Amino acid sequence: MSKAKSSIVWLQGLTCNGNSHSFLNYSHMESFASSFDMLYHPLLLGDTSFDAILQSDTPFDFLILEGALSRDEDIIRKFGYPFHKVLDELASRARYIICAGSCASFGGIFRLKDEAKITGALFSGKSRGGYWSEKSNVINIPGCPVHPAWLIDTLFLLKREAKVSLDEFLRPKEIFSYLTHHGCLRNEYFEWKVDSKQLGEKEGCLFYEYGCQGPMTHANCNKILWNGVGSKTRAGSPCLGCTEFDFPKMKLYETQTNMSLPQTPFGISKRAYYSLAGIAKSFKIERLERKLIDEKDN
Amino acid sequence: MDKKSKKSEKILDAALLLFSKNGFYATTIPDIARAMGMSVGNIYNYFSSKEKLAKEIIKYSSDILGEEIRKVNEQQASSQQKIRDIVAVYFDMASTKPQHINYFLRVYLANKEVFKEGCEGMLCVSAFVTELMIFFEDGVAKGELRNQDFFSAFGLFMGYLGGFVFLNGEGVLTKDLNDYVDDIALNIYNALKFQ
Repeated sequence: MSKAKSSIVWLQGLTCNGNSHSFLNYSHMESFASSFDMLYHPLLLGDTSFDAILQSDTPFDFLILEGALSRDEDIIRKFGYPFHKVLDELASRARYIICAGSCASFGGIFRLKDEAKITGALFSGKSRGGYWSEKSNVINIPGCPVHPAWLIDTLFLLKREAKVSLDEFLRPKEIFSYLTHHGCLRNEYFEWKVDSKQLGEKEGCLFYEYGCQGPMTHANCNKILWNGVGSKTRAGSPCLGCTEFDFPKMKLYETQTNMSLPQTPFGISKRAYYSLAGIAKSFKIERLERKLIDEKDN
Repeated sequence: MDKKSKKSEKILDAALLLFSKNGFYATTIPDIARAMGMSVGNIYNYFSSKEKLAKEIIKYSSDILGEEIRKVNEQQASSQQKIRDIVAVYFDMASTKPQHINYFLRVYLANKEVFKEGCEGMLCVSAFVTELMIFFEDGVAKGELRNQDFFSAFGLFMGYLGGFVFLNGEGVLTKDLNDYVDDIALNIYNALKFQ
């Protein structure tokens, strides 16, 4: 693409607006605005009406999809049109289709209502084949919501014609090759199997009691942080696995176990993990049992 | 395996036999040296103390039993079949190499003061316990076993087997140990199965 501004049309399917709100939290919006033209966004005033964009045959650079998708007219319509007519028309003119958030990527929470009719763009949960059975210009940037930097950094890379390597779920590897576990401040507690006693406290690991999905969730939340300062696990709340195809699971704040044994971290065999965890649990590390800041010391 | 490792293993085998037969305190390093045809001093070149030797033996036995259960875990079989196979492996070992099970029951469990440092928690029996963890987790994941606390299931399984081998050692059983495999496996399966 040229140095001229790249054009974006933002289209919502079945959504809670969460990804739009996250986008609006981007901390370098001036830089974004100087490089991109938002032709249409449902929450922003623009120069052109949605109808005018729809009736035009002008190509544009990015179609950003927010929310789950459906071809069923009884489930979703836009501006009096069947949603699929709007989406198919805009998709045919977009150079890239960017799925912002887990609903557009995999179907998300809306998919639970009707897995046959409500999907992501190219996936229905883990299965390939969603709203479209195949399409070569789709990139998934899941999350509930998407981190604004994940979305906008990817747009900048594509604008610069840089290669964006994708994983098997069409997620940019630069972001999603990491696990939420990487950079988590609680890693020492995880290593020694010291659990958090309650949500929100500084101490302990949230993996054994509170359902933390950090060791099996692909995202760099604890590397780039949210709003520049924190993450769920840093705040004492478990990672809910929101960037994965199976989000949302049930009972998100409880660790699901088989015979007391939790799911093992991504890519770690049961034999390796249970051996190591069993050994770590054999020791009681006094320092890690204490509060980080013990008022009695003062 | 290098020459020193082979020799170490032979010492472990000899000490295992003596400890499991005569007990930890009644067995001395000179007893083990005599059984090996080695000098007492040379034994200490391999193991710096009797306590250290005892801890290595429980790891050694746990590794051997763990390896047998690992073979069962790696089979494509139902949990019911695997329970039978694990019971068979355990009783076979109790019959053909009783020193391993006897060591566990009569030395490791009976002399915890010897093992409290260096064998904390599951540390020295990790290989064996890990395989049972894999077996239980897999059985629940496949919907064949009821989901419950690990130690409830572990205690039922291993307590039963250990107790039965103990009865066998006391000479009170009317049949050969291996003749009980099917009944005991069925009892364990009935207690653990998903209902």
